[in-house]
Amino acid sequence: MTRFLDLSATLDLLGYDFVQHALLAAAVLGLVSGALAPLVVARQMSFAVHGTAELAFTGGAAALLLGWSVGAGALAGAVVAALLLGLLGQRDGERDSVIGVVLSFGLGLGVLLLWLYPGRAANKFSLLVGQIVGVDSTDLALLAGAALVVLVVLAVVYRPLLFSSVDPAVAVARGVPARALSPLFAVLVGVATALGVQTVGALLVLALMVTPGAAATRVTANPVLATVLAVVFAEVAAVGGILLSLAPGVPVSGFVTGISFLIYLACRGVAATRRRRVAAA
Amino acid sequence: MSEATTVAEARAGGAGPSPLVRLRAARLAYGSRVLWDGLDLDVAPGEFLAVLGPNGSGKTSLMRVLLGLRPLTSGTVEIGGEPAHRGSRRIGYVPQQRAVDPTLAVRGRDLVGLGWDGHHWGLGLRGRRERRRRVDAALAAVGATRYANQPVGLLSGGEQQRLRVAQALVGDPDVLLCDEPLLSLDLAHQRVVSELVARRAREHGTAVLFVTHEINPVLPLVDRVLYLVNGRFRIGPPDEVMTSETLTELYGTPVQVVRVGDRIIVAGAENGGGQHHVQETP
Repeated sequence: MTRFLDLSATLDLLGYDFVQHALLAAAVLGLVSGALAPLVVARQMSFAVHGTAELAFTGGAAALLLGWSVGAGALAGAVVAALLLGLLGQRDGERDSVIGVVLSFGLGLGVLLLWLYPGRAANKFSLLVGQIVGVDSTDLALLAGAALVVLVVLAVVYRPLLFSSVDPAVAVARGVPARALSPLFAVLVGVATALGVQTVGALLVLALMVTPGAAATRVTANPVLATVLAVVFAEVAAVGGILLSLAPGVPVSGFVTGISFLIYLACRGVAATRRRRVAAA
Repeated sequence: MSEATTVAEARAGGAGPSPLVRLRAARLAYGSRVLWDGLDLDVAPGEFLAVLGPNGSGKTSLMRVLLGLRPLTSGTVEIGGEPAHRGSRRIGYVPQQRAVDPTLAVRGRDLVGLGWDGHHWGLGLRGRRERRRRVDAALAAVGATRYANQPVGLLSGGEQQRLRVAQALVGDPDVLLCDEPLLSLDLAHQRVVSELVARRAREHGTAVLFVTHEINPVLPLVDRVLYLVNGRFRIGPPDEVMTSETLTELYGTPVQVVRVGDRIIVAGAENGGGQHHVQETP
């Protein structure tokens, strides 16, 4: 237990480049995923995020095998996945099953690609559960660039996107191009997911793409405040998770998801207390 | 087309103000199935028109045509003198009341605000003050200020529908389209919502088209009725259209219109009979 609180070891490690890169990557990831999370929750896209992440993993595995940048591979995989899900699952009732179909195929393909890869096993495993210390400066540049693009596009489409997410019938009547916004948002989510795959891993991206949004929308119905809170929650989970994992030298994923989950529980608690107080009043 | 139509056209045309909604020889067909044909309709500023008829008679399709979401098979449709097009600023739209997910993180105020500028690109940081002023005024006009900051999903159906009216009116439209806004509301709230809409038509000269199965809350308020049945239709004042003779002719089967106190009961109208309360499939 004392290892977790070993401040001097943590400070020591903070001097290393790879740790600083990891923290920067986590901060960028927290910002992007926090900004997207409330909309992911409003559009009920948790499963889609999971499916996209699995295909980002497939892309990363393919890149590993071919000797390309894993980050670029994950990005390509996630964007293809987002487009595929967007095109095949336009109808609400079909969406769920399309994700299941595509997800399982992508994951199977990824496992096959990893098996073919002759390199170290640690690299393989990290795609699934994350290995943030593996982020180098090239990856970081790609990460920051992709994040910037996502944030700019999100800012441009934010209002129509929110409109069609919370109030689709009226949004369409007001001329919002909801049919075009859906795949566009899926691609934004895909890019953000791909960034997450490199850091927290394909299996755990939901901890940053969904949980902060779910927690924030528990405590506020103000969309702007919800977005701010989700960003804060995602930053605390991502950056805090890395800081805590440094001294004990354990995988970051456990801490990131753990913090995220605790924040979610706390928000549910706050919401429940508030409801009881309203009921009592 | 019929006596009632002639009367209506005489009323809306001529020396009066130019109509805000104008359909000429409008025909809408899905394949071989004709929803309506030869529809000539003018709706004047301040006029409250109820659109009635059984399920599948093309009431919602008429709304979609006016919103520019569906082209006519033939004929013309104009809103305020220009052809109907998607996303027209001149139209406000109130959809069917549907259960909102109680966990949806949007306040009433946000819903109304989206009606003001939700279709614009960007974050809209510059117009915030104007937006706030508009939203507050629209909320006050429908008496929804008290619960404007609560999550929409936790409000009652009646409260949600008031917000819907505020959302449709916040942009100060010339034409207000309401598609079954009274669905699943209790009688008291049906009256409140109908009166909000009628007052708007009266005080701001807004042309209102109001699709509904609930005829009794609106009938005392409406100027004219458009009654659609299986490709046939009749337009005219309620007293002329809502009669046993007219509806029997429209339906092609015997229909009785009975007046009980201030209520009208339409009996025998297939698929639209009884209390005129039939669930509409969305």
